[in-house]
Parts: sequence; C-alpha cells; structure tokens
Amino acid sequence: MLTDLPESQMRSIRGDRIAMIFQEPMTSLNPVMTVGSQLAEAIRAHETVSRRDARARALEALRAVRLSQPERRMGQYPHELSGGMRQRVMIAMALALRPEVLIADEPTTALDVTVQREVLDLLRDLQRETGTAIILITHDMGVVAEMADRVIVMRHGTMVEEAPAAQLFAAPQAQYTRDLLAAVPRMGNGATRGPVTTDPVARLSDVVVRFPLKGGVLGRTTHQVHAVEGVSFDIRRGETFALVGESGCGKSTIAKAMVGLVPHQGRIEVAGQPLVGLGGVGLKALRRRVQMVFQDPMAALDPRMTVGDQIAEPLLIHGIGTTPDRRARAADLMARVGLTADQLDRYPHEFSGGQRQRICIARALALQPDLIIADESVSALDVSVQAKVLDLLRALQQEFGIAFLFISHDMAVVENISDRVGVMYLGQIVELGTRRQVFGNPQHPYTRRLIEAVPVPDPSHQRASHARLSGEVPSPVHPVGGGPARLPLADIGDGHLVAAAG
Amino acid sequence: MAAYLARRLLQSVLILLGVSFITYVLLYVLPADPVRQIAGRSATAETVENIRHELGLDRPFIVQYGRYLAGLVQGDLGRSYLQKSQVAELIASRLPATLLLMLGAILCELAIGLTFGVLAALKRGTFLDQTLMMASFITVSAPQFVVSLLLLYVFAVKLGWFPIGGYGTFAHLVLPALTLGILGSGWYSRMMRSSMIEVLRADFIRTARAKGLTRARVVLGHALPNAILPVIAMIGIDIGIFMGGIVVVESVFGWPGIGQLAWQAIQRVDIPIIMGVTLVSALAIVLGNLLADLVAPFIDPRIKLK
Repeated sequence: MLTDLPESQMRSIRGDRIAMIFQEPMTSLNPVMTVGSQLAEAIRAHETVSRRDARARALEALRAVRLSQPERRMGQYPHELSGGMRQRVMIAMALALRPEVLIADEPTTALDVTVQREVLDLLRDLQRETGTAIILITHDMGVVAEMADRVIVMRHGTMVEEAPAAQLFAAPQAQYTRDLLAAVPRMGNGATRGPVTTDPVARLSDVVVRFPLKGGVLGRTTHQVHAVEGVSFDIRRGETFALVGESGCGKSTIAKAMVGLVPHQGRIEVAGQPLVGLGGVGLKALRRRVQMVFQDPMAALDPRMTVGDQIAEPLLIHGIGTTPDRRARAADLMARVGLTADQLDRYPHEFSGGQRQRICIARALALQPDLIIADESVSALDVSVQAKVLDLLRALQQEFGIAFLFISHDMAVVENISDRVGVMYLGQIVELGTRRQVFGNPQHPYTRRLIEAVPVPDPSHQRASHARLSGEVPSPVHPVGGGPARLPLADIGDGHLVAAAG
Repeated sequence: MAAYLARRLLQSVLILLGVSFITYVLLYVLPADPVRQIAGRSATAETVENIRHELGLDRPFIVQYGRYLAGLVQGDLGRSYLQKSQVAELIASRLPATLLLMLGAILCELAIGLTFGVLAALKRGTFLDQTLMMASFITVSAPQFVVSLLLLYVFAVKLGWFPIGGYGTFAHLVLPALTLGILGSGWYSRMMRSSMIEVLRADFIRTARAKGLTRARVVLGHALPNAILPVIAMIGIDIGIFMGGIVVVESVFGWPGIGQLAWQAIQRVDIPIIMGVTLVSALAIVLGNLLADLVAPFIDPRIKLK
C-alpha cells in the first residue's frame, strides 16, 4: 500500500514513478534556479548519471514538450518565460523520467484559453507516445469531456459517481452530476433579447493608455507599454457589453481608465460627462454612477468590517440618508442579492465565495449606478455558483435597467450573458458586434481562434482537425515614439466591425 | 548598469551632504563650547576669544559650514582641535581596526542568526523553536555593555581563554566580534525564520518535493536561496546599526577603532573629529546599502538594476 510507505521510500517513488504538475505555473518553479538545473536536478534525484548526461536528457525533455528554442530555455530563469512555457517546463520535468502515473492538478486552469488548448493537445500527444496514465484533477467539464476516458465526480470528500466519460455526459446517474452538468456554460446557449436602446451610458472614443518604463541615469521614459491603443465603443443603457481577450490584452486597463484609476488619452464619456479634467468632486460624482465588482471577492472585502457596514459605506461616503436609513437600505440590498438581513453583522470570512460575490454586487448596487463594471467577476467561482451569480446579474439588470461592462476571458460565459461583444487583442479591438454576429459569424482570425480553443463539454463533439496553435503573443512594449500598427475596423454589415487581419 | 551606478552614487553624495549639514547644525546649537575645552579652566576671556577667532568659531554659521564644505570637497576633513593632527589621518589610522571588527561581527552574526533562524523555521512550533526565539528576543533587548562585560568576565577573567582587551592577534578579535555578533543575531534569526516559513509554503517547494528530492536538498537547494533574499538587504542597513554599537564595544574591549575615537571626541567636543567620524559612518551605510543592492541580482535573477 502506497499510503503505508515511510517517507524515505515515498521519496524514491515521487518524480520517478508518480510525477505531478500543478495549477500555478507562475509559482511552481523555483525563481532563482535556471530551467535547465531544475530539470537536471529531477533526473539526478533518481538516476546516477553525470551532470552532463542529465543536462542532455533535460534538453531532450524540453524538445519533447515542443518548447521553442530549447537550448536557450535551459539557461533561462522561470520569470523570463510566459505562463504557457512554464507549464511546458513543468510537464517536461514531470515526464523526463517516464513515470507510470502523472497527476495533473488543474494543469490549465490558470492559463489563457488558447494556451490551455496547446497544453491539452501536448498532454494528449505525450500520453500517446509514452503510455503514461494521467490522473486529471479539474473543475472544468469542458476539459473533462476532451481529455478523460473515465471520470469520478467528487463532492465534500466523497465519490458521487464513477463512469466512462461518454456515459457520464450522456446519462449522469447522481443528482449532483446532473446539477453540475446543467450549470456548465455552453456556447450557443445565450438567450436572444430584443434590441435595447441606443442611448449610451458610456462612450469611449480613441482611448489610449500607455505606461512609461523608465531607464538611464536621469530616469527618463525610454519605453512604453501600450496597454490600450485606440479603443472606441459605447455601452448602451440596460445592455451587457462584454470585452473578451486573453491576459494582458488591456481589457482590465479599460475598466480602470473608465473610473479614472489610470490616466488615459482620448475621450471617455460617462452619462454624457467627459472624464478628462474631472477633479476630486467630479470623480466622486462619477463613481456614484459607475461601480465595479472585481474577481476575488475575499480580497475586495475588508476582513475587519461587517458586511452590513461595507454595503452601506458607499452611501455614507456620498452622504446619503441617516444611519438607520442606510442600514435599512443595506438589509434591502442583502435580500435583493439572495442573502438575509440577519447576516448584516457578520464578517466576510463567514460567507462562501459565491455569497461574498453577492455581497460585492450588493455594495455596487447601493448607489443605484447606471453602469456596473464586472471585471472577471465570476471567474473565481465554481460553475454551479457561477451560474447562479450570472442569473442574479441578469435579474438585476431586468429590474433596475443597469448596463454591465462584463470583462472576461471565458468565451462560454460571455456568450451566455452578453448583448454585444468586443474582442480585444494586444490593446486593440479586433472584432465588435452583437453576440450573434461575433459568435455566430466570427470574422477575425483571432476571434475564431479563441472560440475554437474553448473546450466543449461534450465527449462526442468532434474537434475540427486544424493546425495546432503555437507561437507567443508579441510584446506590447515599444520605444517612445514607436508603437503598434493601428488596426482600422471595417463594418461588414449591421454594425459588425472587424479589423483587417494584421 | 553604469547608468544605475552613476545615479546611485549621485544620490549618495546628496545623502552625505544632508548628513553633514544636519550634524553641523546639531553641533552648532549644542550648549557645549569646544573653545572652553581647548583653553582649559584657567584661561582668560581674551585667550578664549583669540582661540575662538583662530578656529573661525566666531563667524556666522553659514560661513563656518561653507568653509567646512569647501575643505570637504578637496578631501580635507579639517584638523582636530585638541590632537592638532589631521582628522583624515586619525580616521585612516583607526579605520582598519574597525573594519576588521565589523567583518568579524557580521560573520558571527550571520553564522548564529541564519542557523538559528533556519532551525527554528524547520522545527516550527516545537520546544527548540520557542527556545531559539526566546534567546533571540533576549539578544535583541540586551544592552551592549552587559553582554560585553559578561563575555569578558566568563571567557577572559574566569576561563582565561582570550585576552581581556587590546588589539593585534586573532584572539583579541574573538570577544568583541562575538559580542556584536550575538547582539545582532536576534534580528537575523527572527527574519530568517519568518522568511523561511513563508518560502517553505511556496508552490515551488511542493514541486521540489514532488520531484522526489531529499529533504536536505529541498531545504538547502530550494528554500534557503529564496529565503535569504530579504536578509541580504538587511545586511546593508545593519552596517549603520553597527556604527552605533561599535562605540560601546570598542571602549569596553579597548579596541583602537573609530568608535573609540568618536567617544573621546564627543567628551571633548572635538567637532572636526565628530564630523569626520559621522561622515565616514554615513558613507559606510550608504556604501553598504549600495553593495547589498548590487549583490541582489546575482542571487535573485528577477531583480534588474535600472
């Protein structure tokens, strides 16, 4: 029995016969050791080979995971590689000794969807070559459908159901499995709504955000990060406008610019009021109309303040009502987001993740804003919780006529909730249109790539065998005076805007 | 890199200028009169005024400070009021002894502090951890003269292993260096412990264990190099703390360094020496910090000097 072995014998099994890869490629490698030494070390821990032979085999392992320029990678440190490249290094390290079992614990959860696609393809190819058994631990039913032969569904530490993948998706036995599958956002499920008004709540034209990088003796700006480069769109009253794109595409920077948290060039208007030149008073008034809900509700709430006080705080800051008024309003909002008034005096740690996000939503609602910016607001939640929070957002929109700017990397969620969608790549919008236009008739190659990369929660789905994705996203850093080529958008009919493929 | 160094050195000059100004102001407003010290009790008022005039101490503050700065730019730290020799020469003759003591003390400090810190982190929550942390608390709060006299009594007077005081051989160095080392080690062991505990929780430590590395390799090869990073910056700052501690310890052990020089000068209001020693100490702190920053990229490749 494995569980009875002493530590000394477990050590010789770890890495050699059972290897493991983890969720966070950013923190799973030692930052002060080169990639090559970390790989060679794993080999030398189990086999008596010379340093030189270990390095040769490490290089071979890097080649096997199809990492570009493997010789150069050997001498690099983890921070010099992107998330996807680091995860490849982790896989190379795990498979270098040809283990019998590979435990992959959420191996692609922290990766962008196109990178996830590359890593999943790689894992499957390597499995075919080496015959390694993979224990894949994931919350993503799409990944399960694409990768698994057999599936075990777990809940509260116990096994709920075990079945071959095809059977589990076709005929789930346990109630929990059925609920889980029902909650999974699927592409093509988005409900079509009637056209909303054209009256804009916010309007952005030619917005540019650049961050300076300083250097030289006098600390002058030598380079700039072109985070947002000439972005224009408007958000109409009562609609959900989604911005999708991968890490570093500038979607969150736009959100920050819209509430005046980062300086911008170009014009941002909120409720007809231009943002440029707003002082403290003006910004405060603006923030009454625009509220934000962030990704991590635990980090967004003050752990030492009751949730009631936190929901009422925006009212206090803006000097609205008396203390009992504010408390009544907080109680009202709690009920509105599906919590109860008797929970007002509790602290954030007493709630679950989904409940905390509801509290953040209640706080955002307190000032009855015209626009709520939801920056990856459901990304950290489990699918079943995610579905409920999305339902809540939809219901609130119906009731109060709030517009949402919904920022997400998750194509399936965006497809489910949005009225109109903007696809961002390297600081620019490459495609913009209604949900139906963008998802039903994607025109820009990047949009297609994003949609195709999404794992489909259906084992019978046949993936079109197109060219494998590869290549890294170019850098958004340019010398002062330089910059990326602007991609002009062309209307291909009914307001469906597409950039020329650049 | 060259640009970085140039900017840092420019900053250092400005810092030293600030230190010289503040010290000069403090000495100027001090009620103690250096001229009285020089002239002695029996001097007439006329003699006192003559000396004052001779030293330029009757001029306005700005003129006095200006003249001092003008000398400083040419590398002239002035002349001691009482010893009649160049301050620069006095300091130069004392500096090697102080640097030697400092080196010995830092080595003791790191050897004790880092070892205890790592041990405490690895045995977190055990009796050993609690004992070591209690000991570190005591060393942090113990006064220097108590520790130095205690060591002196036990190892020099009772056991006779080391000389009671003086300078010259390695045996002379042991007790003063150990005193400073013990006093400083508490900070290091506490810092090392918390840094190590944090690193041991990191994801890459889990990776290292999953690779099947031995515990020794995980701790020494992966945890230690990461945990030591904040400690490096601490050493730079520490040089400043040393300069304070060195005055007492050099006096107790009769160690002929600049701490002792400063102590004597303060008692006699010998302003040029006080200024000189202060500036040299400030320079040591500035250079120590710079050195720590320059070393950091070699240990942590993520740090880039810009």
